[in-house]
Amino acid sequence: MARTKPNRKTHRDDAQHVSFLRHRNFRYLKLAMLISIVAIIAYFFVDPTPRHNGGTWYGYTLGTIGAGLIVWLTLLGIRKRAITQGAWSLKAWTSAHVYLGLSLLVIATLHTGFQFGWNVHTLAYTLMMIVIISGAFGIYFYSNVPRMMSENRADNTQQEMIAELNAIDAQLEDAARPLSAQYVSEVQRAINDTKITGGLFTRLSGRVNKCASMRALSRLRAVTEGSTTSVDEAGEDLGSVISILDRKSVMLNRVRRHIRYKTLLELWLYVHVPFTIFLLGALTAHILSVFFYW
Amino acid sequence: MGQVYKIAVVGSGPAGLSAAVHAAKLGLPHVLLEKTDHLSDTIYKYQRGKYVMATPDVLVLRSDTSFQAGTREEILGVWDNECEFHQTNVQLNADVQKITGEKGNFTIQTAAGDTILAEHVILAIGTQGNPNTMRCPGGDMPFIQYQLDDPKEYFDENIVVVGGGDAGIENALGLADDPGQGNNVTLLQRSDGFPRSKPANVALLESAKAQGKLDFLTGTTPVKVEPGVLTVETPDGQADLPVDRIIARLGSAPPRKFVESIGIEFGGPDRDALPVLSEVFESSVPGVFVVGALAGYPLIKHCTNQGYDVVEFINGNTELKPADEPILRDIFDGLPGEYEVSDWLEILRNKVDIFKDVSVLQLREFMLESTMHYKKKGEVVFERNALGDSLFAVVGGTVNVEINPADTSIVVPLGDGEIFGEIGLISGRRRGATIRAGAPSILVEMPARAAKKLIATTPAVKRAVDDIATERQIKQIFGNDISPEWIDRLKATAELLQLKAGETIIQEGDVSTDVFIIRSGSVIVEKNIGGKEIFLSYVAAGAFIGEMALFEEGKRTATVRTTIKSEVIKLPGDIFSAMMDERPMIRKRIEETIAARREVNSFIESQKSGFGSVVDLYSSVANFLLEEGLGEATDALLIDESLCVGCDNCEVACAETHLGISRLDREAGKTYANIHVPTSCRHCEHPHCMGDCPPDAIRRAPDGEVFINETCIGCGNCQRNCPYGVIQMDRVPPKKPGLLQWLLFGAGPGPGQADKAWVNKVATEAEKTGMKVAVKCDMCKGIKGGPACVRACPTGAAIRVSPEQYLNVAQRKGSV
Ligand SMILES: Cc1cc2nc3c(=O)[nH]c(=O)nc-3n(C[C@H](O)[C@H](O)[C@H](O)COP(=O)(O)OP(=O)(O)OC[C@H]3O[C@@H](n4cnc5c(N)ncnc54)[C@H](O)[C@@H]3O)c2cc1C
Ligand code: HEM
Ligand code: SF4
Ligand code: SF4
Ligand code: SF4
Repeated sequence: MARTKPNRKTHRDDAQHVSFLRHRNFRYLKLAMLISIVAIIAYFFVDPTPRHNGGTWYGYTLGTIGAGLIVWLTLLGIRKRAITQGAWSLKAWTSAHVYLGLSLLVIATLHTGFQFGWNVHTLAYTLMMIVIISGAFGIYFYSNVPRMMSENRADNTQQEMIAELNAIDAQLEDAARPLSAQYVSEVQRAINDTKITGGLFTRLSGRVNKCASMRALSRLRAVTEGSTTSVDEAGEDLGSVISILDRKSVMLNRVRRHIRYKTLLELWLYVHVPFTIFLLGALTAHILSVFFYW
Repeated sequence: MGQVYKIAVVGSGPAGLSAAVHAAKLGLPHVLLEKTDHLSDTIYKYQRGKYVMATPDVLVLRSDTSFQAGTREEILGVWDNECEFHQTNVQLNADVQKITGEKGNFTIQTAAGDTILAEHVILAIGTQGNPNTMRCPGGDMPFIQYQLDDPKEYFDENIVVVGGGDAGIENALGLADDPGQGNNVTLLQRSDGFPRSKPANVALLESAKAQGKLDFLTGTTPVKVEPGVLTVETPDGQADLPVDRIIARLGSAPPRKFVESIGIEFGGPDRDALPVLSEVFESSVPGVFVVGALAGYPLIKHCTNQGYDVVEFINGNTELKPADEPILRDIFDGLPGEYEVSDWLEILRNKVDIFKDVSVLQLREFMLESTMHYKKKGEVVFERNALGDSLFAVVGGTVNVEINPADTSIVVPLGDGEIFGEIGLISGRRRGATIRAGAPSILVEMPARAAKKLIATTPAVKRAVDDIATERQIKQIFGNDISPEWIDRLKATAELLQLKAGETIIQEGDVSTDVFIIRSGSVIVEKNIGGKEIFLSYVAAGAFIGEMALFEEGKRTATVRTTIKSEVIKLPGDIFSAMMDERPMIRKRIEETIAARREVNSFIESQKSGFGSVVDLYSSVANFLLEEGLGEATDALLIDESLCVGCDNCEVACAETHLGISRLDREAGKTYANIHVPTSCRHCEHPHCMGDCPPDAIRRAPDGEVFINETCIGCGNCQRNCPYGVIQMDRVPPKKPGLLQWLLFGAGPGPGQADKAWVNKVATEAEKTGMKVAVKCDMCKGIKGGPACVRACPTGAAIRVSPEQYLNVAQRKGSV
């Protein structure tokens, strides 16, 4: 009785969530392993003269494969954004990107024949390693952060969380009215200086130094706790302000965590992508220099 | 008492106005009676500046009131002028409450106590009805209103909205949205929750309350209204609310009662039934004519034409052909035989059973929406498993139903007048068999909406279709080995049950052997294991259930309940047993189904001891998804939040492939155990959005995609009717520079839906003020490769699935 799905070819996996890392039962991991093993075996069986380096036919072969791979890996950025018709899947691309990208560790290293120096060739190699390592961080964050982000936000969107903060501020303003001037100004500061987050490090820490709301909360708390008698004005009013501030701090922490997770998921790309561009530059220089100054 | 008018027109919408103006132009003594203090109240109440469409394009306009697409203000202005120019006799504030008498001598009474005499009455009161009013003492205070045009108009007021339906909730949210307006808004709801409102609206309301923007009181009714104070009865006793303005949204009473009080008959008891009318719009009361939306024609152009036509008829013109004649001529064009439109209509009425009781007028309307086919021998009408919900009838010739997909030579022929395709229509599921012309044949195909209307308006048609559908469903499920005698016996004892969501059909442990066919809707099967209800499977319409007990000494081994509103056919178990004894083929067929179901059950039981928590989690995820409306979905977007990195490339892909507007909101929506149901169309089996679309712009494509075509007039009905809030009203943004230009030179806003700031900067005046139309997911219909949102997700977090695939496949693998 199961209906077939319209408008697309069906694969058993398509009716379930399967991560890009496990795509089609690790198809591209297997391919990458195969390529790497063949390259390693060949390394030991081929006997180049005078020694292994990029200039032997073996070196050329690996170099060509490696350069081709790098260009193809870069094209992921285009594939992701050019939403054309056809049966492509970005998940398959990402899966292949990750595993074939990692196989560059073997391919490019063997291509160098372990000859490093202070030159454009080693520069290209270093840049590539930075891209690959940042990619590995990416995988780490992609595998761990989404679950935490999902649990933290529950059913709320970021917009809703911020709207809620604004609403809490409006309530604060109302609730603080009966308090005496010194407390009102404290609460006013908590309302006016709501800093949800700040620079990169603030985002990553998920905390804000000198947060006016947190400070107001701890000061007003100290007032109620510190003295039993000096709460001359309606203790009830102060109590309700404190409980609203408490709600605000919970909400603030939640938004800040949300932003922290988002930053973690994006930050590595700010290394991965620019270094890809530098790499493409260095790679071009590397290839040109090999051909012109050989 | 004074003059006796030749024509009294009741209601000054496009239909009534056109009639009155034409009567004025012909110099006939006439009067136009309008309830409100302005003309054409329905259109008057459109949102300010709304762009009004003049569809269908092919229909010529024949009237003394002009009408072309334009803004609400332009159209109302033109009509006011024309009304004056032709010296139409208008009485505003004339709310007609009673019409008595007979042709040539009608007496019309208004609420104000006026009496008007007329020879003929044209009833053009539309379908909006009267808003229900506040009944408590003080319910007539001047600060009570039943309509809210612009929530941004009110500042610093205490406003109480009475009524927690969608209209009330939307009004309250609108008034409280901007804290800068300083309104203090309270919503009153009579019942304890908001069972009749859209979950999306209720969620917004609750979040607005949590944010302190407004307040609502449930279980609360108004008791008394005094200037400045509203007294209410709450569950905790009476309370006084300060009030400057009351907005009462208590729904409206449809005009049917009033129409029936005149003596006019309707086609049936159904809510959608229409008044029975002759070819010249005359109702069952001679001399009373019905035109416009009340007659079943929901577009302004139809209304306007009918207003003109009906006055011509009353004035003795018998030659006049309706304005839709050329369109109908085109529909019948290309068929063999040199017949006129009227001949074709007669042929249809004589040949096709279900058209017998349908008036010529109604038939004309159905034909406008229908298609005629001429099929050569051997040509396919539709294929098995195609998703289609139109209804066919054979006008002449024969078609063959290929009942056995393995052997296409086994066919059941259908001849003149028989219908087919009714199961797809009722269940919203795929076609059960391929149908091929057995001889040159003439067929009529009615789209689902027209067919459903026909069924709803004519009880005889409903009976006929139900009967045929039950019979065919029995055949389809139990194979054609079943003999006509058995079918008759089963049919005679079959009972059609109309069930609400969540009703139990079968209770585990009960003793009963009845068998149920799910005709529409869907059910889930659960088993109590270790004190918990464990989900076993999801069964969609078109399948049967309850057969296991026949083999288990009559004891039910699982509980079955509906997930949504469903129609179920109940067949008594004893007849069933007798049939199986006589027909071993049927027994075998049923045993096969049972073997498969047993396998699932024992799998679950075995899992239970091993990883009980997995099965538990699975059951609760299944329940969560059904709560989110998956029970009526045919295809829904599900995001695994343990994989989603929040890149929103799914939204980018949707916008890129759909005129720059994303039809899904990834972040919004509910989540349970990492499974997230974003705001995106579920392509419901029986789409709620389709119901009230005046130009019938929402269609279901052969592959099941529910989509909106270019005839959308932007009325917003579908947006209000979709319970999942997935339809937006929007304008198409200007074209962006290409991807390469953006990559290399940073031109334009980049891939995805452009931000408002960019659109405002770049859009032309026309693009900024153009009409907003309804946009929704079309499941990437016509895009090779299928849903772009799924293809563009880098991590595999986003998938589009049918609920039975998802629920039943995931379960077999023992994973969520
Ligand atoms: C939001 C919205 C947008 C729409 N957009 C379009 C569009 O773009 N293009 C299009 O073609 N159609 C559109 N429609 C449909 C169209 O407006 C209606 O189908 C059309 O107005 C029906 O015309 P009518 O003359 O039959 O009745 P109505 O226009 O409903 O007029 C009935 C009149 O009768 C009066 N009346 C009722 N009862 C009494 C009584 N007892 N005594 C005296 N008077 C009475 C009412 O006050 C009203 O003025 C839209 C509908 C809606 C709701
Ligand atoms: C030299 C090798 C590599 C190059 C040139 C490269 C280049 C790129 C580029 C251009 C993008 C597109 C970013 C964007 O547009 O958002 C990208 C994305 C990505 N890369 Fe690499 N990459 C390389 C190696 C790797 C490796 C080894 C890994 C993993 C271990 C990796 C993991 C990823 C991931 C996870 C993404 C994000 C996919 C997405 O979210 O769309 N990359 N890479
Ligand atoms: S738009 Fe229509 S088909 Fe889609 S979810 Fe809403 S009611 Fe269902
Ligand atoms: S299926 Fe297509 S139209 Fe629907 S949400 Fe996905 S991309 Fe948009
Ligand atoms: S494309 Fe996939 S990973 Fe990105 S936001 Fe959408 S569902 Fe999440």
